[in-house]
Amino acid sequence: MATVQRIIKRYPEGREKSALIPILHIAQAEFDGWLSPATMDYVASILNIQSIEVYEVASFYSMFNLNPVGKCLIEVCRTSSCWLMGAEDVVRHIEKKLNIHVGETTADGQFTLKTVECLGSCGTAPMMQVGHEYHENLTLDKVDELLNQWKAEGKRSRYC
Amino acid sequence: MGKKLLLEHIDVPGINTLSVYRQKGGYASVEKALKTMTPEAVVEEVKVSGLRGRGGAGFPTGMKWSFLAKPEGVPRYLVCNADESEPGTFKDRYLMEKLPHLLIEGMITASYALGARTSYIYIRGEYFYVAQILEKAIAEAYEQGLLGKNIFNSGFDHDCYVQVGAGAYICGEETALLESLEGKRGNPRIKPPFPAIAGLYGCPTVVNNVETIAAVVPIVNQGGAAYAAIGVGKSTGTKLISASGHIKKPGVYEIELGVPVEEFIYSDEYCGGIINDRKLKAVVAGGSSVPILPADLILKTAAGEPRLMSYESLADGGFASGTMLGSGGFIVMDETASVVKNLYTFTRFYHHESCGQCSPCREGTGWMEKIMHKILDGDGTMSDIDLLWDIQAKIEGKTICPLGDAAAWPVASAIRHFRSEFEEYIRKGHSIKDVKHYYSTKGIPEPAY
Repeated sequence: MATVQRIIKRYPEGREKSALIPILHIAQAEFDGWLSPATMDYVASILNIQSIEVYEVASFYSMFNLNPVGKCLIEVCRTSSCWLMGAEDVVRHIEKKLNIHVGETTADGQFTLKTVECLGSCGTAPMMQVGHEYHENLTLDKVDELLNQWKAEGKRSRYC
Repeated sequence: MGKKLLLEHIDVPGINTLSVYRQKGGYASVEKALKTMTPEAVVEEVKVSGLRGRGGAGFPTGMKWSFLAKPEGVPRYLVCNADESEPGTFKDRYLMEKLPHLLIEGMITASYALGARTSYIYIRGEYFYVAQILEKAIAEAYEQGLLGKNIFNSGFDHDCYVQVGAGAYICGEETALLESLEGKRGNPRIKPPFPAIAGLYGCPTVVNNVETIAAVVPIVNQGGAAYAAIGVGKSTGTKLISASGHIKKPGVYEIELGVPVEEFIYSDEYCGGIINDRKLKAVVAGGSSVPILPADLILKTAAGEPRLMSYESLADGGFASGTMLGSGGFIVMDETASVVKNLYTFTRFYHHESCGQCSPCREGTGWMEKIMHKILDGDGTMSDIDLLWDIQAKIEGKTICPLGDAAAWPVASAIRHFRSEFEEYIRKGHSIKDVKHYYSTKGIPEPAY
């Protein structure tokens, strides 16, 4: 809460709504990596705005998850340069390895796989993001190594 | 070796810390501006430098600054656009990660010139770790009195904050960025009024790209004329180019504007040539939005002149045979790459990123993605090519913000220069069916054929 108050102070008086996106990031990190309606209502109450103002923002930005996700959210970039360098193979490989399709979560709730648009890692393509970590210059061997390691340690994505 | 104005000290160990950065002459531009120059004099130097916006549009920065309204008693803002999301572009990330103080120095100097007591760096949410690097650098700057009250005893106060976005390409459009910074959906505003008159919180605001703000530092230190002496014609100074795709040495390169494209692709100083020495097929020279050009047209203009890495030379020939420098996102494709499939990733991208506010873009981008998918799926018809052409033409110029144009140009240029490749996909139909990626990305089981 101290962090939230510190963020709100960055903006002029009466403009506290500017803190909405930063606070939603914190809320998502605190509440298992996704924003439930109850969480969003809570954020609205902190900023003294209507719930709908939170919903409309949360639903606009792709980083906010409006449905539960696995402990470890894997996001593979699929745009141009990453595609040129083999992003499709990476996606297919992870799908096979985890036995899920893009958009799904493993039965044990450990992994969710998503594809995302350009994350600014074109010179180090292909890449995937897990929480705030960038994993770049991927090869299928490197992906295997990471997945095995994350499985063993029960990895959680860090969001904040 | 070309002259390095921004990345000169990038390999110095510890250059991300304030102490090392200052040992290398860091924050001299703040001291010089605050102690010896009027704000108007700083603006004048930037005008003289010929610096153009490095985010993609290439609008003269000094002129943008001079449009800023200065009504009495109304705060002004400087907002740094660090929402770098244009596919193929990663220069700002590199600069902020390695040289956070260069950006902060530029923010203070530029804010002094504009009379802004508060500035925000709006950075895309996915660059969270970069935002943390910036936060740390800002904290160091406050500790040393480079931010806060009465900087260098000049009476100038300044606060700078980092604002993190949450994943929306559209927020790189300056008015969408301002909406987002106000805690709203990133829907671009109708202009006018321009941000220089009514921007953040309705106050006069300048929005500049990371690299543009960083370039203010060498301009103030060495003078606008010295900066203008570098480069060619109206393309002055240096530019960061993000090079990716099928090249031996992908990465960020600072070039003096005017380097020949051929030298940029093949010389060891830059990209080092094509992977496995294959043949060059096509280049997207300035980020996904700019027209793709085939090898012969990117290396030489239609008139046979060597093509240079400059705003004017890349645009030579208009869209018929030229392209744009854009954000400097330089994507190289070799002979093995499919322009049609690459275009599919672009149409999917723009469909995903359209904010949905204007019908031509909201509907058109989705329609184009569907047709591209149909063609890749082996179910295309020759008339689909004309339909794609028709749709892109009906998006271009008919939307509030330039995302519509950005979605249209890659389609138009791919058809213009690579029509035969589309026709091949359509003629051969199912025999070159290559849709595994589509099913995998849509999360539906791949059908058995």
